[in-house]
Amino acid sequence: MVSLNQLIAVCLIYVAGLFLVAFLAERAALRGRGGWLLRSPLVYTLSLSIYCTAWTFYGAVGYAARSGLEYVTIYLGPSLVMIGWWWVLRRLVRIGRAQRVTSVADLISARFGKSNLLAVMITIMAVVGVTPYIALQLQSVTLSVSIFATPETGSGTAPQISDNAAFWVAAGLAVFTVLFGTRNLNANERHHGIVIAVAVEAVVKLLALMAVGAFVVWGISGGVSETVARIDASPIGTWQTSASRWTALIVVSAAAFVCLPRMFQVMVVENDDERHLQIASWAFPLYLLAISLFVVPIAVVGLELMPAGANPDLFVLTVPLSQGQSGLAMLAFLGGFSSATSMVIVATLALSTMMSNHIVMPLWLKLNPPAAQQSGDVRDVVIRARRLSILLIITLGYFYYRASGGSGALAAIGLISFGGVAQFLPALLGGIFWRGATRMGAVAGLSVGFVIWMYTMLLPSFGPGAALSAAVFEEGLFGWGMLRPQALFGITGLDPTVHAIWWSLSINAILFFVVSIFSFPTPLERLQGAQFVNVFDHSSGPARGWIASEGGAEDLMIMSQRILGAEEAQAFFNAQAAQQGRRNAPPVPTPEFVQALERELAASVGAATANAMIGQIIGGQAISVEDLMAVADESAQILEYSSRLEAKSRELTETAQELGFANEKLMQLSFQKDDFLSQISHELRTPMTSIRSFSEILRDIDVLSTAEKTRYATIIHSETIRLTRLLDDLLDLSVLENGQVSLNARQVQLHDVIERAVTTAQASSAHVLDIRRDLRTEDVMLITDADRLAQVFINLVTNAIKYCDADTPRLDIAVRREDSEVIIAFTDNGSGIPAEAQNLVFEKFARLNAAQGSGAGLGLAICREIVARLGGDIRYLSEGRGGRFEVRLSFTSSREENQRLLPV
Amino acid sequence: MPEARLFLERRSYRRRRMMDAVRMLPLVCTLLWLVVPTMWPNGLQDDTQTALSSALWYLFMIWILAIAATFALWRRIRRYEGTGEAAVDTATQAAEP
Repeated sequence: MVSLNQLIAVCLIYVAGLFLVAFLAERAALRGRGGWLLRSPLVYTLSLSIYCTAWTFYGAVGYAARSGLEYVTIYLGPSLVMIGWWWVLRRLVRIGRAQRVTSVADLISARFGKSNLLAVMITIMAVVGVTPYIALQLQSVTLSVSIFATPETGSGTAPQISDNAAFWVAAGLAVFTVLFGTRNLNANERHHGIVIAVAVEAVVKLLALMAVGAFVVWGISGGVSETVARIDASPIGTWQTSASRWTALIVVSAAAFVCLPRMFQVMVVENDDERHLQIASWAFPLYLLAISLFVVPIAVVGLELMPAGANPDLFVLTVPLSQGQSGLAMLAFLGGFSSATSMVIVATLALSTMMSNHIVMPLWLKLNPPAAQQSGDVRDVVIRARRLSILLIITLGYFYYRASGGSGALAAIGLISFGGVAQFLPALLGGIFWRGATRMGAVAGLSVGFVIWMYTMLLPSFGPGAALSAAVFEEGLFGWGMLRPQALFGITGLDPTVHAIWWSLSINAILFFVVSIFSFPTPLERLQGAQFVNVFDHSSGPARGWIASEGGAEDLMIMSQRILGAEEAQAFFNAQAAQQGRRNAPPVPTPEFVQALERELAASVGAATANAMIGQIIGGQAISVEDLMAVADESAQILEYSSRLEAKSRELTETAQELGFANEKLMQLSFQKDDFLSQISHELRTPMTSIRSFSEILRDIDVLSTAEKTRYATIIHSETIRLTRLLDDLLDLSVLENGQVSLNARQVQLHDVIERAVTTAQASSAHVLDIRRDLRTEDVMLITDADRLAQVFINLVTNAIKYCDADTPRLDIAVRREDSEVIIAFTDNGSGIPAEAQNLVFEKFARLNAAQGSGAGLGLAICREIVARLGGDIRYLSEGRGGRFEVRLSFTSSREENQRLLPV
Repeated sequence: MPEARLFLERRSYRRRRMMDAVRMLPLVCTLLWLVVPTMWPNGLQDDTQTALSSALWYLFMIWILAIAATFALWRRIRRYEGTGEAAVDTATQAAEP
C-alpha cells in the first residue's frame, strides 16, 4: 500500500521532472535549437490533449458508470471539429496568425472593431465559465489524494486531508504557472516550456489510463469477449441516452472545444505551422479514441467490484487498488494529476493573458494617461498583472470548490463550464464567416446568452437554497412561472442541461443575428470584418489604420521599448528602417510601419490595448481617409463602374445618333441622286423622242414636201440645240459644284455687265419686257468675272421675260450699296413665286410649271453656284406683289477680291 | 476567383475532388454520430433495447473509419502540396450583405 508521504514524494519528483523538461525546452527555444521537436506536429497534437482533463481521466469513467455511453459525446464533438478542420479551425488559425491574436477574447474584440468592451465581457465570462472547471481539477486531485489517505473507505471522504490537499495543489499549480507562464512576454504568446510540459503530461495520462484499461480488460475480465459480455450484463448494459441529451452534448462539447480559452491558446495561439493542423485532424481524434476506449470497461468492472457507495469518479484509482496493484494505482494517480495540472496551468495562463491584456492594461493606461513619455518598463506591469491574475483565477477555482462542497459529479461540473464558454460560439463563428456581424449584435447575444446560462446552469448548480432560493426553483424569478430556472417559458420536462444549453445558445444566436442586421458597424469594424472573413483572399492587404506625423517616431520608440524590451524594440525599429531604405535613422512612421508596430505590440498586450496605446501617442484618428475609402470601396467601385457604364452608354447613344444622322444624309443624298438621275433622263428623253420620231419620218416617208422636210429638220435642229444647252448646263453645274471652275477676275463696270445681260436676254426672246434701270446707281466698279456675272443676270432677266405673268411685264433693276456690299435687285410686277415653292427655286430641275417653260430648271441652281463662287449671295424675296431676286456682291479691295475669287 | 478556366487538368481536378472529400467528411460523420444514435430505442419508449456493446462497436468503428479517412486524405493532399496550395486556399468567400 502506498502511503501518503510516498505519494507526495512521487508527485514532487514528477513535478520536478516537468519543471526540468519545461526549463530545458524554454532554454532550447531561446537558443533557437530543438525546433524540430518544439515545432513538430506531434507536440502540437499532444498539446491539444489539454482538452482531456481530470474530467476525462476520472470523470469519464464516473460518467459512464452513471449514464452509460453518454460520456463519449464529450469526445465526439471535438473529433467532429478536428475532422472538419477545413471549415472552422483552418480559418481560425489563419486569422490568429495574420492578426497575431493572443486569446479568444482578443480575436472577438479585434473582429468587432478592436472593442475593449467585448474583450472585457469575454474575459469576465471566460473567468466565470472556467472557474467550475478549475474547481473540478482541484476536486479530482483532492479526491484521489483522499483515496490514498483513507483507502479503507474507498469513497474519498476525509475532509481535513481534502481541504489541505486542495489548498496545496492549488498553491503548487499557481507557482508552476507563474514560473513558466509569465517568464517572458514574447511575440505571439508562445510558451514552449509549457507546451512541452503539456505534451509530456499528455503522454503520461494516456499511458496511465490505457494501462488501467488494459489491466481491467485482460487482467480482471480476461479478454475482449469476456469484457463485452460483462458490459452487456452490467446495469448500464443498454443504450439509455435520450436523443436530446446526445445531440446537445455533442454540440456543446464541439463548441467548447473551439471556444475554451485554453484550447484556443494551444490550438491557435501556439500554432507554429498551419500544416500541423492537418496532421492533428486525424492524430487528435486518434488520441481521443484511445483515451475513451477503456472508459466503459473500467466503469463496468468498477460497478461490479466496488461497493455500492463507492464514488464512480474514482474507479480508475480504486479498481487497481482493490486488486492490490499499488504500482498501477500510482501510475493512475500520476495520470490524473497530470491531466489536472496541465489543464489548470494552461487555462490560467490563457485567462491571465486575457485579464492582463483586456482589463488590467486598459485600466493602467487610463490611470497613467501620458504614458509614452514616462520611463520605465511596462512589461513589469504586464507580467505582474498576469501573475496576479493567475493567483486570482486559481483562488476563484478553489473557492468554487469549497462552495460547491466538492461533492458533485465531475462531469456535471465540467458541463457547466462547457455551457458557459459555448456562449462565445455565435460571435466567434459569426465574426469569421459573416461580414454583417456587428459589435452590437455580439454584445447583445453574448450578454443575454451568458445571463441565461448563469440563471439556468451555474447558479442552480449550487443547489436549491444556496445561490437561488428554493422558491425561485419552484415558482420562478419574482414568482413568474415563465422564469423557472429549469423550465423557462413554462416548458417543463426538459433535461436541465439540455434546457440550459438549448435556451442560452439559441437565444444568444438569434439576438446576435437580429441585432447585427439592425445595427450598423463602425468603419473599423467593417475593415476588420472584411479582413477576418476574407482572410484567405490574398489580395486583401492589412487594414491601414494610422496617420502618423514625423514627430511621433521618437515617442513610439520609447513606448515600444517599454513593452517589447529595449533590445527587441531596437531590432524591430532597425529592421523597419532598413525596409524603408533608411540607415542610421529612425523609421518614418508611415501607416505601414505603425500598423506593423501595432501588431508587434498586440502580440504582447492584445489588439485592443495596443490600439489604445498607439492611439495615445499618435493621437490621430484610427481611421484614415484611405480606410474610409476602403470601406466605401465596394460602393465606390460600384459607383465608378456604373458611372463608367453611363459614360459608355452616353457615348454609344451619341454615336448611334451621329450614325443615324449620317445615314439620313446618305439616304437623302441617295434620293437626291435618284431624283437627279430620273430628272436628267426625263429631260434628255423628251427632246430625244422628238428627234427620233422626226428623223424617222424623214427617213421612211419618201413623199415629203420641201416645206415639211425643212420644218421637221428645224424641229430636230432646235431639239438638239435644247439638248446641247441642257448638257452644257449640266456640265456647267457639275463643274461649279465640284469647285473646279476657274474664274477670270478683273475690274469691271457693273453698268456694262447689266447692259450686256439685258441686251442678250432681250435679243434671244420674242416677248417684250419693259426694263427700268437707274443708270446713275449702276456706276460701280467691281473686281469679278464679268462673263459669269453676266450669265447670272441674263438668267434672271430671261426668267422675268419668260415667267412674268403681268399684262404689261416690267422689270426693275436697282443697284444699291450696303456697307461693303453691292445689291442688285431684279423686281418684276408678276405674281411672284408661290410661298411653298420659294425655298425650292434654287434647286436643280425645280420648275414651277413644267408645261410653261422650256428650260431644264437648272438656271437658278447654276446662278446660285456662280454667285457663291463669286463670293456673294443670291436670294428670292417676295415683297407684296411681284417677284424679286437680289444678288449681293461684296466690293472690296482688289487684292482681297482676287483672293476670294481663287478657285476653291 | 483565381482560376477562370472551366475545366482543369487531371491533377488539379483530382486535388479539388480531394478537397471536396475533406469538406464532406465532417458532414458525413455528423450524420452518423449525431443523428443515427438518436434513432436507437433507448428503453424509454418500449421494450426493444440496444445493447451497450453494439452501440459501442458502432460508435468506435465510425470513429476509426473517420480517422482512417482523414489520414488518407491528409496523405493525398500532402502529395499535391508541391504543386501549389491553391486548392487549400480557395476559401468560400463570404460577401458583405
